[in-house]
Amino acid sequence: MNAMQQKALRALLERGLPLVEQPWQQLAGQIGCSEQQVLEQAQRWQDEGLFRRFGLVLKHRALGIDANVMLVMDIDDAEVDALGQRLGRAAGVNLCYRRPRRPPHWNFNLFCMIHGRNRAAVEARVAELLEEHGLSRRPHQLLFSTRAFKQRGARYSLSEPQHG
Amino acid sequence: MDDLTLAIIDGFQHGLPICANPWQAIAEQLGCSEQQVLQCLQQLEQQGALSRVGPVFEHSRAGASTLAALAVPPGRIEEVAARINALPEVNHNYQREHQWNLWFVLTAPDQAHLQRVLENIRRDIDLPLLDLPMLTGYRIDLGFPLGQRSRVPV
Repeated sequence: MNAMQQKALRALLERGLPLVEQPWQQLAGQIGCSEQQVLEQAQRWQDEGLFRRFGLVLKHRALGIDANVMLVMDIDDAEVDALGQRLGRAAGVNLCYRRPRRPPHWNFNLFCMIHGRNRAAVEARVAELLEEHGLSRRPHQLLFSTRAFKQRGARYSLSEPQHG
Repeated sequence: MDDLTLAIIDGFQHGLPICANPWQAIAEQLGCSEQQVLQCLQQLEQQGALSRVGPVFEHSRAGASTLAALAVPPGRIEEVAARINALPEVNHNYQREHQWNLWFVLTAPDQAHLQRVLENIRRDIDLPLLDLPMLTGYRIDLGFPLGQRSRVPV
């Protein structure tokens, strides 16, 4: 498989497998390779760690999980890794990241995403989390989402942005 | 939602085998037919509940990405959100209850491309912008189990 075909395969995979029998064979046909070559390439990417996961990607809002909050906290740099790992294992926390502060506008460095079926359930879970981890008095804020303007998979295979 | 759909959702948000007949592989594990699996997936897609079946890329390896936020005056939220949505590099764009009220994820093939997009946004939209790239991931996206293994508070 040449570099062009690899790029084309990645672009196709960003949009997901076609929901047909033997989906890889269809992808192979689109880029002019054999099914075997396409499968080997995808497996190589998987082994190299290019994929976080491989499987169903759901739109949680359509499944009734339509409350979501971004909990942001200001945690001392010396403690943030240990706390982030603990919170990342806690029930209800779907994503947990460290990001940079941008003082004076933004002083929070630890981010957790908590999703749920309604706002009250999410608020209750956040209160428990803060209590369980001794964080109630640490600087934190809850940013509930009110509208999703866009929700789709990432596209890495893009051409350069237009100027002007 | 029927039991088969729930089992597919809870069993295959990660670890779907990369093989010639993935729906057959699911069917064998769940004791149903390949056609039943395909029908479930097609139905989820028609309901708008399935984005796709495939890889979620590790963005530190796949390219460059960041979480950005804008503080948009309430009267401009529709206009600014539409302009952000129009960028092909944007894959998530949410309004949140905060002074920083528009939050979006940008991904690009490389850091230079990403920085050019951010510069364009700063120049064209002319509002305060936060650029908050991930420094460490403590929990990555593993999907949402819905049945017995659900972690979703209800």
